[in-house]
Amino acid sequence: MALTDTPHGGRATDADPLDAAAIAADFPLLGTTSHGRRLVYLDSAATSQKPTAVLDAMDRYYRTINANVHRGVYDIAEQATSAMEAARAKVGRFIGARSTSEVVFTKNATEACNLVVQSWGRANLAEGDVVVLSLMEHHADIVPWHILAAEKGLELRWIGVTDDGHLDLSNLDQLLDGAKALGVTAMSNVLGTITPVADLCAAAHAAGAVTLIDACQYVPHNVTDVAAWDADFVAFSGHKMCGPTGIGVLWGREELLDAMPPFLGGGEMIRDVRTDGFTVNDLPWKFEAGTPPIAEIIGIGAAVDYLEGLGMDAVRAHEVELTTYAMDVLGQRFGDRLTIHGPADPAERGGVLSLAFADLHPHDVAQVLDEHAVCVRAGHHCAKPLMRHLGVSATARASVYVYNTPADIDALADALDATAEFFMV
Amino acid sequence: MPGLEDLYREIILDHYRNPRNRGELEVPPAHRVEGFNPLCGDEIVIYLTVDGDTVTDIKIGGQGCSISQSSASMMSAAVKGKTVDEVRELTKSFKSMMSIHEHSLEGEDEPAEPTAESVAKLGDLEALRGVVKFPVRIKCATLSWNTLAQGLDEALAGA
Ligand SMILES: Cc1ncc(COP(=O)(O)O)c(C=O)c1O
Repeated sequence: MALTDTPHGGRATDADPLDAAAIAADFPLLGTTSHGRRLVYLDSAATSQKPTAVLDAMDRYYRTINANVHRGVYDIAEQATSAMEAARAKVGRFIGARSTSEVVFTKNATEACNLVVQSWGRANLAEGDVVVLSLMEHHADIVPWHILAAEKGLELRWIGVTDDGHLDLSNLDQLLDGAKALGVTAMSNVLGTITPVADLCAAAHAAGAVTLIDACQYVPHNVTDVAAWDADFVAFSGHKMCGPTGIGVLWGREELLDAMPPFLGGGEMIRDVRTDGFTVNDLPWKFEAGTPPIAEIIGIGAAVDYLEGLGMDAVRAHEVELTTYAMDVLGQRFGDRLTIHGPADPAERGGVLSLAFADLHPHDVAQVLDEHAVCVRAGHHCAKPLMRHLGVSATARASVYVYNTPADIDALADALDATAEFFMV
Repeated sequence: MPGLEDLYREIILDHYRNPRNRGELEVPPAHRVEGFNPLCGDEIVIYLTVDGDTVTDIKIGGQGCSISQSSASMMSAAVKGKTVDEVRELTKSFKSMMSIHEHSLEGEDEPAEPTAESVAKLGDLEALRGVVKFPVRIKCATLSWNTLAQGLDEALAGA
């Protein structure tokens, strides 16, 4: 590792509060090699790596207190139940929830969005009703609405994107006029753009619309306060924030969740079942049918502990410093040959860098980068309306997290050099 | 471990840089068909003229990576002027070279190795053989062929 070559070691600058090189040592997979080289992982926007603390917490559950929850009266069943509910409380505190009743566990952010659309949407929307989305949305916040729109005859309206990679809010009031719901991302997984969620929620509420915030890219990287946003629903996934796959979160305003019909039916979500019907359980279990992913819930709780240990202010500051470093280095080394989509100011974006390199196709770029053990994602990033708006079929996306160092960015730049050489561009 | 040279053979890069039969045909008489690679967003448009039992003309549009673009370019050169049966045979040979057996879960009966004769018929397309060692790229190489198969079916059904 050439970390000593950079003036700040694992830190991007003197202002970087995190020593990412030391943090990387907490993540076993980052100590491995690929194609005989040190693995350089720059795909955390797809999924983050997992620290030992999270792996151990899940392993400990299976090895020492594995039992089903909310059922047994015996010791380990009670321990499992309280470990799971303690994790719920941690997640709730992490995002500024008022009560654990508002923290519903799902499979992932996608399921959280589907829950809102199928439960709240189905009960509250009728033919001709308007739902406003943005062109920056991930398919997770588009397709569920398309499904309901086709069934009910809803009208979908779209917030545009400006040339500098922000939401085009010039006609927001017009779009929201008469709307019943607004679905919008807090941070784009393609452009990195951080959107003005509190303003959007205020505008939506003024128009009488309920808000679903896709915070999948936001929660892992920023201090999140759902109350300060004044949002109605917020969705995110555990696997992008140092937690395991198979666990997502829907935070919802209690009054709304209370009034909503159940989503999936089965065990856990009921209070009573008779031959002629059923009554639902209290929140949040009303929305958690069947045996929950107990180990994964404990895992997301451990991930919250890990991130809080670093401090979310520090996480954000590190990513701003490292993104600044990356944009400077890539700009200096490749000039006009490299385009970084999205806002030019690192303060207005997260550490997601969607690249267009010479006239090379992102697949070809990512293939050569892989040869250099640099992992980036090539594709449409589940955001095809945005891709069409940008006029591209795909981008090569490099994204950073708490464990990425300036040396990782240098490795990316070196591998891009090799790519240019290979394809002679 | 397979190297980049296995994937990016010179002839592939040549077809990528200088794609053959690029463009559009008037619809009708030509038939137009689109294909998508849902994984990466690549899109291909094929214009196809089938006269009797012969593919008399073909043009390619759309955008994609070097593998999908060069595969489409080589395919267009290989099928132009061929009969529908010959095109179907060629498609089969190409797919077997790509060892397409996505649906067979019985590990025992691997599909038969493509014969020397069928590989010889592939000509330049043989250069794409190395793609097999890069499983995620197989879909890039087969996109144009699957789209062509769909286009042929549609063109013949409409005729
Ligand atoms: C902005 C955004 N929303 C939603 C999702 C969906 O997350 P998941 O696949 O975990 O449900 C993702 C992740 O790919 C994302 O980046």
